[in-house]
Amino acid sequence: MFDNVWLIPLFPLIGFLINGLFGKKIKNETVIGGIGAFAVLCSFAVSCMTILKLLSLPGEERVANVKVFTWITSGNFNADIAFLIDPLSCVMIMIVTGVGFLIHLYSIGYMHGEEGFYRFFAYLNLFMFSMLLLVLGNNLLLMFVGWEGVGLCSYLLIGYYFHKKSAGDAGKKAFVMNRVGDFGFLLGAFFLYWFMGQSHNVWTIQFTEIAKNAHLLPTGGIVTVITLCFFLGATGKSAQIPLYTWLPDAMEGPTPVSALIHAATMVTAGVYMIARMNFLFIRSPETLMVIAVIGGCTALFAATIGTAQNDIKRVLAYSTVSQLGYMFLAMGAGAFGAGVFHLMTHAFFKACLFLGSGAVIHSMHGALHHAHSHDDAQDMRNMGGLKSKMPLTFLTFLLATIAIAGIPGFSGFFSKDEILWQAFANPHHGQLNYLLWGMGAVAAGLTAFYMFRLVFMTFYGECRINPKAKDHLHESPMVIVIPLIVLAGLSVVGGYIGIPKVIGHIVGIPNYFENYLEPVFKLSEEYMAQHAAHGAAHHSVVLEFGLMGVSVLIALIGISIAYTLYVKNTSLPAKFTATFPALHRAVYNKWYIDELYDFMIVNPCKSFGRFLWKGFDVLIVDGIVNGIANVVMGFSGVFRLMQSGMIHNYAFSMAFGVAVILGYYIFK
Amino acid sequence: MENLNSYLIVSAILFSIGTIGVLTRKNAIVMFMCIELMLNAVNLTFVALSRHLGNMDGQVFVFFIMTVAAAEAAVGLALMIAFFNNKESIDVEDVNLMKW
Repeated sequence: MFDNVWLIPLFPLIGFLINGLFGKKIKNETVIGGIGAFAVLCSFAVSCMTILKLLSLPGEERVANVKVFTWITSGNFNADIAFLIDPLSCVMIMIVTGVGFLIHLYSIGYMHGEEGFYRFFAYLNLFMFSMLLLVLGNNLLLMFVGWEGVGLCSYLLIGYYFHKKSAGDAGKKAFVMNRVGDFGFLLGAFFLYWFMGQSHNVWTIQFTEIAKNAHLLPTGGIVTVITLCFFLGATGKSAQIPLYTWLPDAMEGPTPVSALIHAATMVTAGVYMIARMNFLFIRSPETLMVIAVIGGCTALFAATIGTAQNDIKRVLAYSTVSQLGYMFLAMGAGAFGAGVFHLMTHAFFKACLFLGSGAVIHSMHGALHHAHSHDDAQDMRNMGGLKSKMPLTFLTFLLATIAIAGIPGFSGFFSKDEILWQAFANPHHGQLNYLLWGMGAVAAGLTAFYMFRLVFMTFYGECRINPKAKDHLHESPMVIVIPLIVLAGLSVVGGYIGIPKVIGHIVGIPNYFENYLEPVFKLSEEYMAQHAAHGAAHHSVVLEFGLMGVSVLIALIGISIAYTLYVKNTSLPAKFTATFPALHRAVYNKWYIDELYDFMIVNPCKSFGRFLWKGFDVLIVDGIVNGIANVVMGFSGVFRLMQSGMIHNYAFSMAFGVAVILGYYIFK
Repeated sequence: MENLNSYLIVSAILFSIGTIGVLTRKNAIVMFMCIELMLNAVNLTFVALSRHLGNMDGQVFVFFIMTVAAAEAAVGLALMIAFFNNKESIDVEDVNLMKW
């Protein structure tokens, strides 16, 4: 049925091999970029075919394991190179290849003339390959291969401008923090495999098999441990508290990378992983609570930092962390469908925002370069008034901003409101629900504020760029603008496939997206139906609409504050900073979390490492090795005297030896 | 064959002369000739014993030894010429480039 699904990851792999091995020789940017983009386009085409085939099947048959070949067999352990096709993985491959293709296209324009152009496309294709393995893999091990692969590509691409020290450091930071999370993922997988095998003799790492046997697992206890380990993996990959600090630093990479890896796809891997194993997570109320609280806190916390950043990409980075927090909030509320829905809409509007900011930076950079100015091309304080200079970029950027701010009618509204409603109305967390909803709603207001602050500072007001550079600002080439337009279009209409039920009832459109994903989350639904004794309180439609109104109102307040501060009365922010210097400094410096981590973890690790180096390695290990070498040298100094180099000595010892042996036989 | 002993004694004397020559002389060509002398002493033993025992194996060995000695002479002399070209000397004590 899905025989050709293995082609999906194969095309980017081929693209990676061609560009990686021969890119340096090809030199022609059009060819290199063309190969990279075409490989992803092919994958996208196959993905479209796959999802169409899937949709032609009836709901309950929409799951297939496509085995390519046996990978590892060892005793009870069995891992195949096999792909799992179900609604969830299909929606993921559509996002990854679709958004990925647009970003590849964009990169051809954006990376034009960069040193190592081929390297960029090779890594980008390798990333696509790993990401597709991650979402398609039908077992934990194959998923982990993809999981590590995307981490590696993230590291390589963050450090793309490796001659800059900050870029190299950011890459290392991302890699190390991800490793902490990966450790959790591995532990979770080991626990799960071992526990299922030991207690129930089910030795499997295949998702469908685990799902089938999930009823064997008890509620809480060991499942909490397993799921918490997996969640630790998710916090690393998806930049949640406490492992989020790598993502803002990852903005050192080229902007298309930020859009593809650090907004649309890789960072959502944690959300995908939880959705994939929803049947495990639903069995542990404790883990769900941890996820919901961490998601809510991250959403709120990152949003506060976003309000005071001046670097355009950093604002978007904190926004991404915050939006990922929403997705985890949904996961923690047991609303897996809503989380995946937000994952999708977020991929559209955040990719659009990042690419738009990239277009702005590109243009700024070129203009400043012309004017021989050393101003920072990413600093919003140097921008302003770009609306007339870059009308298309502005328009697409504005649409995506409205979408993320949650204005009714745009995609972000539908997904975010569904999450907020689920955070409020889910049956898992009792009184905590109000707090979760509150955090989400405040974060929504902050989101609207900082996003419109960004738009106003960048596109409105007077142009603050170096006057000499002003005339060199211009709209980007079509290859950059077209992806922006497509993504902006998707940010507007993407929400209509998942209209929340209350609204859907009125306008008569079902929630297609939720119905589509239903088979994936069926087990969790059934489990909840059995265990919902402690009460899913029934909430009225009026309440839901009321909450929706409140969150929209909060968003509008956020926007109007941004408008007042950054368009109408531009002297106010400075006054505010002067009135609350400590608060501003704390927010501007990201609540000093990096410094705290340095103090608590990084520096102790460093001093411990230095002790191991100076104390253990130099003294003990090197001491033993060099000591042995010295003993050997001493002996050889004695024995080397035998090797005089005089041929007569050798001849004499031979003759003497012969004489002794003969003498022995004769006089025996 | 009652005079086998005299053959063997001559052979032993030749062999001893060769050995002493190898051990005492420095000139590579002289040492080389001494080695040839030792080989021929052995040849003499082979032939004498072959005849004494009526077995042709010993004489076959002699042919082999002579062939090998001829090849050795060719290679050895070539080496010595090459060495002389470099060092202007043929003393074995000057062959010390590999000495540490």
